[in-house]
Amino acid sequence: MAPAAHSDEFAAERAATDRRLTAAMAAAQGGDRAAYELVLRDCVPIVRRIARAQGADANFLDDVVQDVLITLHGARASYDPSRSFVAWLTAITQRRTIDILRKQGRRGAREVYAPLAVETHAGEGNPEADAALRSEARQLRAAVATLPEGQREAVETLALEENSLEDASKRTGRTKSALKVNLHRAIKTLRARMGGGEADGETP
Amino acid sequence: MSESGDISRLIGDLSADLKPVRRLAPPWLRALYWLAAVLGLALVLIAIRIVFNWSGASEVDPYVMPGAIASGVTAALAAFAAFELSLPDRSNAWALLPLPAFAVWVAINGLGCVASLADPAAQSGMPQFFSCLAIILALSIPLSVATIVMVRRARPLRPLPVAILGGLAASAAGATLLLLVHPHDSAVLDLCSHALAVIVVVGINALIGGRLFVPANNFRRRA
Repeated sequence: MAPAAHSDEFAAERAATDRRLTAAMAAAQGGDRAAYELVLRDCVPIVRRIARAQGADANFLDDVVQDVLITLHGARASYDPSRSFVAWLTAITQRRTIDILRKQGRRGAREVYAPLAVETHAGEGNPEADAALRSEARQLRAAVATLPEGQREAVETLALEENSLEDASKRTGRTKSALKVNLHRAIKTLRARMGGGEADGETP
Repeated sequence: MSESGDISRLIGDLSADLKPVRRLAPPWLRALYWLAAVLGLALVLIAIRIVFNWSGASEVDPYVMPGAIASGVTAALAAFAAFELSLPDRSNAWALLPLPAFAVWVAINGLGCVASLADPAAQSGMPQFFSCLAIILALSIPLSVATIVMVRRARPLRPLPVAILGGLAASAAGATLLLLVHPHDSAVLDLCSHALAVIVVVGINALIGGRLFVPANNFRRRA
């Protein structure tokens, strides 16, 4: 099929979806529960798509969807059925996504993701435990040095230097999710090498 | 894409909670209702004036009436913009709607202020300053409450700009209604009291109005 025809078909399908949702939302304003449930269910993929386009991380898409549905429920009296429902939903989704991204940004700037820190500092204050820890630390450093590059980078920036995810991401040029995954895999690998268990691969 | 269990349960809860709602009137109509409230307040003030047999200032400064008209237009446009902006799918540009009228209001007051400087007899004292301030603040309170109550139903997603516009509408209307009960000129202190009243009302609306716009919600996101 020619691209122009395909695009027309896509636009017609979107317009039909909009008309169907507009009618269903108008019915929901009158108290029709079945229509309302249909609206909410059909909103989910639309909200996910808009949130993803806004830059929301896959981990937060469910949060955005839930926030949008709760906001829609509270603001349903403000919807005017003479206007596009999808445009109304898009505006709500964009604002809610921005709110969540801002909150995540603030939290990410404070958060230090260091699951190894507890294990590293567990025996502080006790001389025997300190000696054992020093020995373990040497083994750990040697084991860290043999890790694949991505995992080693994640351990060094997050666990050893205790940078925030935000800073670590900036320094390494990797996404926060990739850093988290690499760190978890590194921990698994290190556990396998130092005390049993199985090793794991790497996320670019 | 399939929904997560949390989203499915939330959809079930929201559907079960559904009650019929009365649709909000369009913003222009809500702005008219708000202006009707201002008119009602004006009628009360006129009634008070009649009861106390006050005939008003014998000589009115030529800048006072144009200033009152400009503040009235500012109030109407700010209220309309607040109701537009309280809806999620309206452009942020609505926030600019009252600015031209506000600029004219400031310019007229500025001209009146400069003209009054040439006439030492026209200058008012601190009692006049405080009475102007107190009356505008007192008139702005019911109008701010009316704005908050009317805007709250839309659950605005941009609470701060809406609250600022609502505060501007209430204080500008208060400054217009002042003409009905309190003789004043374009003297420096009079105009300072107007400016201070606008700043205070807009500030209070911005501080508390935004929070009042968000009613308690029965639903929380599931972790």
